[in-house]
Amino acid sequence: MTENGMWQVAIYLLVLLALVQPLGWYMARVYEGKRCGLDFVLGPFERLIYKLSGVHTDREMGWKKYLSAMLVFNLLGMLFLYALQRLQFYLPLNPQSFSAVTPALSFNTAGSFITNSDWQAYGGENSLSYLTQSLGLTVQNFLSAATGMSLLMALIRGIARHETAKLGNFWVDTVRGILYILLPLSLILALGLSSQGVIQNYKPYVTAGFVKEQVIPMGPVASQVAIKQLGTNGGGFFNTNSAHPFENPNIVTNFLEMLAILLIPAALCYTFGVMVKDRRQGWAILLAMYLMFIPVTVMTITAEQYGNPALTKMGVEAKPQHNMSTGGNMEGKEVRFGIVNSALWSTATTGTSNGSVNAMHDSFTPIGGMMPLWLMHLGEVVFGGVGCGLYGMLMLVIIAVFVAGLMVGRTPEYLGKKIEPYEMKMASVAVLLMPLMALLLSAIGSVTHLGIDSLANPGAHGFSEILYAFTSMGNNNGSAFAGLNANTPLYNIAGGLEMVMLRFWMAIPVLAIAGSLARKKIIPGTVGTLSTHTFLFIILLIAVTLIIAALSFFPALALGPIVEQLMLWGQYGH
Amino acid sequence: MLTDAIKQLKTAIIMLIIFTLLTGLIYPGLVTGLAQLLFPWQANGSMLVQNGKRLGSVLIGQSFTDPKYFWGRPSATTPYPYNAELSTGSNLGPSNPDFLKTVKERVAALQKSNPQNQVKVPVDLVTASGSGLDPDISPYGAYYQAPHIALARQIPEAQVYALIQKNIQRRIFGIFGEPRVNVLELNLALDNISMQKE
Repeated sequence: MTENGMWQVAIYLLVLLALVQPLGWYMARVYEGKRCGLDFVLGPFERLIYKLSGVHTDREMGWKKYLSAMLVFNLLGMLFLYALQRLQFYLPLNPQSFSAVTPALSFNTAGSFITNSDWQAYGGENSLSYLTQSLGLTVQNFLSAATGMSLLMALIRGIARHETAKLGNFWVDTVRGILYILLPLSLILALGLSSQGVIQNYKPYVTAGFVKEQVIPMGPVASQVAIKQLGTNGGGFFNTNSAHPFENPNIVTNFLEMLAILLIPAALCYTFGVMVKDRRQGWAILLAMYLMFIPVTVMTITAEQYGNPALTKMGVEAKPQHNMSTGGNMEGKEVRFGIVNSALWSTATTGTSNGSVNAMHDSFTPIGGMMPLWLMHLGEVVFGGVGCGLYGMLMLVIIAVFVAGLMVGRTPEYLGKKIEPYEMKMASVAVLLMPLMALLLSAIGSVTHLGIDSLANPGAHGFSEILYAFTSMGNNNGSAFAGLNANTPLYNIAGGLEMVMLRFWMAIPVLAIAGSLARKKIIPGTVGTLSTHTFLFIILLIAVTLIIAALSFFPALALGPIVEQLMLWGQYGH
Repeated sequence: MLTDAIKQLKTAIIMLIIFTLLTGLIYPGLVTGLAQLLFPWQANGSMLVQNGKRLGSVLIGQSFTDPKYFWGRPSATTPYPYNAELSTGSNLGPSNPDFLKTVKERVAALQKSNPQNQVKVPVDLVTASGSGLDPDISPYGAYYQAPHIALARQIPEAQVYALIQKNIQRRIFGIFGEPRVNVLELNLALDNISMQKE
């Protein structure tokens, strides 16, 4: 890794850290229903929404009611998005006259966007109308992000409250999350992006050219890119997502977009600390995330900077030249981002459930491509998606506390709440479901023609493509080893079901734990209580996270990227 | 129970309608209005226009194959390179024999068209970009092509070097991003020199 690379990563992580406290504090005020500054402008509008939709803000919900409200809302959104794609030909704002999207692809895309995955089996610029993009995709970007945050708030309240069944009101959480957090941030980011060259219009495609004519796509891009990053959605306006110059034209937009990916997930740790009235707990979790993120990022950058030994053999310059060239493995990368920002982005996008890309992960070196895959295998808890990252992490915290309890022979507790077999069972269900589905579907994909006919690359790399696809959809990430042709019945339907099942199935144990914890009494801490903000506990939490992922996925990784890297070294030296 | 469920469904439908209008219509509309007002050039694709002719977008790479022009990066878009209507990378894996064969051919082609050069081949000139529309090359990639451009245009090499030097976009604050040269702008500048000469 070059010295400049270290500076770029360090400054990025420090800027993020500096924003955690102010935004985290602000979000806690929003979700606690306190004044937050923007209510002067948006307050009347918020009350109007409640009035129109018949929501009583003072009526809080138990976990089952919270769950059913969330499910009904999201499934309705899915139906609407499906219908919109099927009917786009007959609807306005379709200057390129794109025809209706096929049923399997519409199902996949609808499932993908309501679950915050934003898996792209579609190519935006040649199949989706402006209406579908803004009225369908942009809307679900907001709604799925707000849903994730609402679920997290229910869990946090379950931890913080005692002897009650009430976890808050799903509608109020969702409305406030969108109005006071997602919309203002998106508006600022969208304007920042468009000032740098991200396009924003509803015009037909433009013909232009110097030597040869080119048809240049147009569209309302900045508004969608802003929320796709802030809401850790990641679904691109264009086929190549944020590698496309109109989504990400220079290093300023790249920095802003990368920052937006980790911003809310990181700040929610602080929000958590505020809401459980012990800020150290939030900082401890954030530190655990940083400690996992940094080494993985450094390894990815190093692997990509090292380059492809096969190319070096052909006389290609792989070493960086000072102020002249980045060197490294540039296949699938853009010159303006080079090695450092492409690799850093790849870990930010897979540590969270974002899944947008600014370089093609499929063309990374085997080890460089394994790192993003591995971050998803961890369950997307290294920052994680908005809301879902932290509730995933809290599941692991429960397991870590339980393991620690077993070691010393005490009833495990977390923040004064006893962790009993019921919570432990639910946390296990939440954590183990994803590896089960991802591995099972990868196995089916690897042994059937439905699966392997889609491959772009032979051998071990082909297996990595399948594993990446089902890991990505299982984690609601949405990034891909994009050589794989995912627009086929198997990947569209099996993957669509996987995304929907895991997202909502995971919500059940999370809310069940929230409901059960909320009913418990708070036991005052004693000398013997395990403190969950110490460095010791952080290490334990990291160990639990790594062990679960390693035990589940190491054999599969050995068959994919690891063997490919060994073969590459064996053949071309290193 | 049933009335409860119906009430919930009604709330969900109204919420969906409100947010569809708010985040799907008003929000992108507002951003479009403000962007068109404040940054009209950027919001419409950063188009270069000369003598009433649209030369293309500064941000979207174009295909140059004439030896009189700097070449951009290889592009994996189909059916022809730099097809802006469907951006794509090659997505070929690092050990894929097809990929290695393609790179080998590119290296050979590049060395053939730059026989003056004995230095190693710049990696960005033999690998396909992520979007297939990368508008930039590395300064190393531009300097590499300078001798044959000078020859093809019958201008001194020093002049080409100076032109590249002038068109390099450096790292912001010396830290962020990577040094790069915009191929379209560089080629336009090249044509301008030739026009002044005539």
